Amino acid sequence: MDSYDAPELTPRQDASSRLKDFFIGATPLQKRLESVRKQTSFIPTPPRRKIPQGSQLQEDVDPQKFAVLLHKQWTLYSLTPLYKFSYTDFKEYSKLLTAFIAAEKKKGLAVEVGDDFNIKVVFSTLMGVKGTERDPEAFLVQILSKSQLPSEHKEGKVLWTGWFCCVFGDSLLETVSEDFTCLPLFLANGAETNTAIIGTWFQKTFDCYFRPLAISSFNLSWMAAMWTACKMDHYMATTEFLWSVPCSPHSLDISYAIHPEDAKALWDNVHKTPGEVTQEEVDLFMDCLYSHFHRHFKIHLSATRLVRVSTSVASAHTDGKIKILCPKYLIGVLAYLTELAVFQIE
Amino acid sequence: MSVLRPLDRLPGLNTATILLVGTEDALLQQLADSMLKADCTSELKVHLARSLPLPCSVNRPRIDLIVFVVNLHSKHSLQSVEESLCHLDAAFFLGKVAFLATGAGRDSHCSIHRNTVVKLAHTYRSPLLFCDLEIEDFRAAMAQRLVRLLQICAGHVPGVSALNLLSLLRGSENPSPEDL
Repeated sequence: MDSYDAPELTPRQDASSRLKDFFIGATPLQKRLESVRKQTSFIPTPPRRKIPQGSQLQEDVDPQKFAVLLHKQWTLYSLTPLYKFSYTDFKEYSKLLTAFIAAEKKKGLAVEVGDDFNIKVVFSTLMGVKGTERDPEAFLVQILSKSQLPSEHKEGKVLWTGWFCCVFGDSLLETVSEDFTCLPLFLANGAETNTAIIGTWFQKTFDCYFRPLAISSFNLSWMAAMWTACKMDHYMATTEFLWSVPCSPHSLDISYAIHPEDAKALWDNVHKTPGEVTQEEVDLFMDCLYSHFHRHFKIHLSATRLVRVSTSVASAHTDGKIKILCPKYLIGVLAYLTELAVFQIE
Repeated sequence: MSVLRPLDRLPGLNTATILLVGTEDALLQQLADSMLKADCTSELKVHLARSLPLPCSVNRPRIDLIVFVVNLHSKHSLQSVEESLCHLDAAFFLGKVAFLATGAGRDSHCSIHRNTVVKLAHTYRSPLLFCDLEIEDFRAAMAQRLVRLLQICAGHVPGVSALNLLSLLRGSENPSPEDL
């Protein structure tokens, strides 16, 4: 296949041998540079991807910390690099952000930093949510409601959660200078108004830009194949697909549920190259599902639009919503999402 | 006969015929209407088909240009086009075939990677055009372009032939396949 002749650059890492190599292949930026040098035109190719290996977490990190990340529906955004962001100024950022949120909510009245508000913003680092040593640390922002009664000292209810991360973002890390922190993936859970306010504050303070990240049907079918390929001891949920058929007056939704072990068996039959997923395998996997459906219902699913994929590893919706169910493959899922976010930024 | 040949009929006087092949009926119909509205000195005939082979029983004029319309939102349209390509005589690919990919504007709806269509056009050595047929202005512009292409393929433009045009188009847009 001629398209795979482009030189592939291994990510430069000093990672310990415990971290397995997650080799994504030549990134779009590298290919672009290569083609400019060779004076040939650039044709973007869907890369081969490695199947996420389990237990990518470093052994000294407590997996319980990731409980806050699992089983919640996150809305995805891509974020341009943050200018002059510092991990040591979290207390400062908390105070400023709390004041900002209170000001937005009160709108027009003067607010002083340090006043007692009924909400509190907490910044914390998420250790271990990264792919290579070069990736910046992920951090978490939470809006907690502070209870007014002085007798209750425990933390209030979490109103809104958002976290920033970068997993294997080498292509972006190489192009930015020292002052910038690259955390291209932003996930938010909670009220839209809060997301908008937090987004505005970050944009004003760090000169970055948020954009909602939509996942195309093409990428959803890749996710379906990659997640079905993951080895799981115990399947928590059935593998489910949702297609949307555009027709008037209301669009029709077709839902197709498969037993996860059957899906894995189908994938094992399709899968040839060990350790990697190729475009042909993804197409063949989806074509098998389409032809099976066609044989029974005489409907061409390939003419409709894949809108939602749900497996035991994670579930994703085309509007940019994701829910991660399995901590073992968290890094793998985030790596793919980071790649999509980086692609959108570039 | 199941295989379509480019020169098996005599040309009509000042007539140019185009065949649009694709599964998206509504889009093809709209494109056909736009083409018929375009200014043209020759008499235009537009035929629509969902797939090849065409039924033998119909008495049709010589086809000068075939455009395969692929909708990037639907894998089914790509599969149907790939199956239709087998029913075409090799002589057609000397400039009388073009591929048109629609739907690239809405990336979140795309289920086919752009590269797949590019490779398909490369394999068949034919030009690939991109156009969002759902947007009226783009459709009108593409219709004009197709009418010009059709006139050249029908031989109505003196000095330029279909084969000429093919090498001109290929030289400016894409590298030769040997470089890839």
